[in-house]
Amino acid sequence: MRLSYPTSIKIIRVPCTGKVDVIHILRSFEKGADGVYVVGCMEGDCHFNKGNFRARKRVAQAQKMLDDIGIGGERVKMYNLSSSEAPLFVKFAKEMFDKIVELGPNPIKSAKKKNINRQTEAA
Amino acid sequence: MIVAEKKPMEEVIKEIKDYKNILLLGCNECVTVCEAGGKKEVGILASALRMYFLNQGEEKRIDEVTLERQCDHEYLEEIRDRIDTYDAVLSLACGVGVQFMADKYVSIPVYPGVNTCFLGATEKRGLWTERCQACGQCILASTAGICPISRCAKRILNGPCGGSTNGKCEISKELDCAWQLIINRLKAMSRMDDYEILLDIKDWSSDRAGGPRKVVREDVQE
Repeated sequence: MRLSYPTSIKIIRVPCTGKVDVIHILRSFEKGADGVYVVGCMEGDCHFNKGNFRARKRVAQAQKMLDDIGIGGERVKMYNLSSSEAPLFVKFAKEMFDKIVELGPNPIKSAKKKNINRQTEAA
Repeated sequence: MIVAEKKPMEEVIKEIKDYKNILLLGCNECVTVCEAGGKKEVGILASALRMYFLNQGEEKRIDEVTLERQCDHEYLEEIRDRIDTYDAVLSLACGVGVQFMADKYVSIPVYPGVNTCFLGATEKRGLWTERCQACGQCILASTAGICPISRCAKRILNGPCGGSTNGKCEISKELDCAWQLIINRLKAMSRMDDYEILLDIKDWSSDRAGGPRKVVREDVQE
């Protein structure tokens, strides 16, 4: 189909969304990601039975934590689709991209820059 | 095991906000099993705290270490060579670990990262329930292996009381009546005759009522 989706999205492949943990999502933000979304199989279709349900719960935990620390929980989202639904994959990618554009960049990035500037000024 | 739960992020931030170099110290035992203070939780909390303080424009060094246990000298000794490089320790161990840490490293402030709740079991993942109150004088032999001290709201020794309805306790419809459980188990074991044996008044001096307790074993001491 050769459909295109926003180029700023970096795909990290995992054997199952059940592999994704809260720490993976948080580290992405610590490293400067503006948003993270997890795309799992349709609910009930998990090859490992509960992988995508586990991912959904972990996404919810990460959202709460990001809300608690002022980064914003809406930067994380869980989607479900089947592997043959490329147009839906593109739809989700664009939806997330638009959401992040609306929210603006990850505040951690500018905070890191300010810190570096402060250090160079002090030196 | 000792069951604990994570403190709210707000409270943890308040505890450590005034320090610059902080050690997040996890424990590989009970708090790992109840998913409150193991290596994984240390990683998640450290990452979240680093981001929070960075976002506030504060530079902080937050390191992560998880010890095998925090209630034994030998494991706490593992951090002796680096402890002086920190201004404070946020311990995710149970209250015992936090206190032992504070005892050992006198000049370093130690803060708790979890609320220690009770001695319990993992009924299923994400559900831990109280099973023992460490009263110091176990009566499980007379109560079909079910503890009325920890599982009955009244700690009643010859129950059930009048508040037991359809196997549930009057304090909550979700809470099983411990004495109903005892009777059910005695029936299953065909030992209902034992139910007629009245339990004597319990000696509570071995419980917390007698002040802080200790166990001394001179035969194993060095």
